[in-house]
Amino acid sequence: MSLSATAPRRATAARPEREEAPIAASAITEPVVRPLPFAQRLAAQGWFRRAIVLVCIAALWELNARLYDNPLLFPSFGETAAALLRLMLDGTLPDRIGTSLEILLMGYAVGILLAAVLTSLAIGSRWGADLLSTLTAMFNPLPAIALLPLALMWFGLGSGSIIFVIVHSVLWAVALNTLAGFRAVPDAQRMAGQNYGLRGIRYVLLILVPAALPSIVSGLKIGWAFAWRTLIAAELVFGVSAGSGGLGWFIFERRNSLETAEVFAGLMAVIVIGLLMEGVVFRTLEARTVVRWGMQR
Amino acid sequence: MAEASAAPLLDVQGVTLRFTTPERQVTATSRVSFQVQDGDRFVLLGPSGCGKSSLLKAVGGFLKPEEGRILLHGRPVERPGPDRMMVFQEFDQLLPWKTVLGNVAFPMKVGGGLSGREVEERARHYIAKVGLAAFADAYPHTLSGGMKQRVAIARAMAMKPDILLMDEPYAALDALTRRRMQEEFLALWHDIGFTALFVTHSIEEAIIVGSRILVLSPHPGRVRAELDAAGLDQQQQGSPEFQRLHQRIHSMLFAEPVEEVPA
Repeated sequence: MSLSATAPRRATAARPEREEAPIAASAITEPVVRPLPFAQRLAAQGWFRRAIVLVCIAALWELNARLYDNPLLFPSFGETAAALLRLMLDGTLPDRIGTSLEILLMGYAVGILLAAVLTSLAIGSRWGADLLSTLTAMFNPLPAIALLPLALMWFGLGSGSIIFVIVHSVLWAVALNTLAGFRAVPDAQRMAGQNYGLRGIRYVLLILVPAALPSIVSGLKIGWAFAWRTLIAAELVFGVSAGSGGLGWFIFERRNSLETAEVFAGLMAVIVIGLLMEGVVFRTLEARTVVRWGMQR
Repeated sequence: MAEASAAPLLDVQGVTLRFTTPERQVTATSRVSFQVQDGDRFVLLGPSGCGKSSLLKAVGGFLKPEEGRILLHGRPVERPGPDRMMVFQEFDQLLPWKTVLGNVAFPMKVGGGLSGREVEERARHYIAKVGLAAFADAYPHTLSGGMKQRVAIARAMAMKPDILLMDEPYAALDALTRRRMQEEFLALWHDIGFTALFVTHSIEEAIIVGSRILVLSPHPGRVRAELDAAGLDQQQQGSPEFQRLHQRIHSMLFAEPVEEVPA
């Protein structure tokens, strides 16, 4: 059976055409849509998978702490959770969290406002764009904590200094992302906006901002994480800023008195607030806007 | 039908368009003149590089001519405006954060002068005209390409512009959808009676869609001919007149050897 011996054969006989009678949809008995089994539907839920991951981490933690058996250095998950619950109920942690969040929100708001001003300048003129990109290139790599000694000299020992370093950590991340978002707006959308006769601030607010929202939201997320990190670090470094001090100062205090479980509880509070912010606030914002509009999956 | 001697709706007089890149200057069109009368379906036809899209953008007010003038109702075009609504080739011309209704209503709201109820009524009227009444509350990302282009057309028509500028609106569609859209475009023209300036690189589309065809040759774009195509639509596609016009344009465009100029 050599291949070369068989020349390609064409079908010489006429092949019949065919046309089938239309089948009514009602004649198909098999259901077109069928629900998935419960286990599969559960596994498809993001929150469920994340909860499993968290449970696994807690179990590993508990197991390790028990094997190690030194609550002074490494308290177990159970001890930490108990300490967290106690501190939440007696009002210590809520008080400290409140102090920290208040300062954080102030710094975050000022940072976003300044970022809005800088990006407006940047899209308004080429000089503004150069100003922003130069400033960002200079200051973005500078750790906020490195500015703390300077801030202390300028603003003294108080919330002013902490707000200053938070503004620094928020401003560049938000400005950089917003500008990148503006630059990525499709030409057709820009021209459509101009076609309607939109100019100046109305053009920015009605076309550019919503069109760049995915980048703006991701800038806000990064800014939030930077701000939160900077705040806790700044409080750890110079402690009391107002009244009883914030969460960072709490962690520092409890370490000094060797209340390790409470140190862990303080850290856990930091983590939980971060998770809530990411998982509830930003996720809701995204679900209502960019995901709903199909700009982000 | 307007008389040929009547003052033109759009008067393009000796327009030269140039782009300056950091390395070189490129002439897109060289002294192009044409006149669009009220009710025309005026097609700019030519291969890539003939400056047809640039001409359309200049009429839209997005590009400034280096030489010559563009007059709309006798007044020079200076900047983009809602009296010249554009329909782009790109599907992302719709604003993704607005529904179909929101997209069609938005330019009317921006323009002001209409009450909220009037805006919504007019928007729904034109959405129904393009056959998308059932999708008024859908977001653009849930629509097919053809449906998005229909929304863009409804959005432009709802503004009742002096002239509709269409930049290869069907080029990114599949062949079957494109055919349907061309039919619908003609039906809308008979129904509403607008004036359109339509850019395409397809000879067939130009003959079907257009009543006048301006043939442009490339590098730089120059007028090669202005032809009459009124009365030739999809029904006449097999007819001798259709074929003859097709052949005539074809030989005009391919008479000169094509030379590509680096962008």
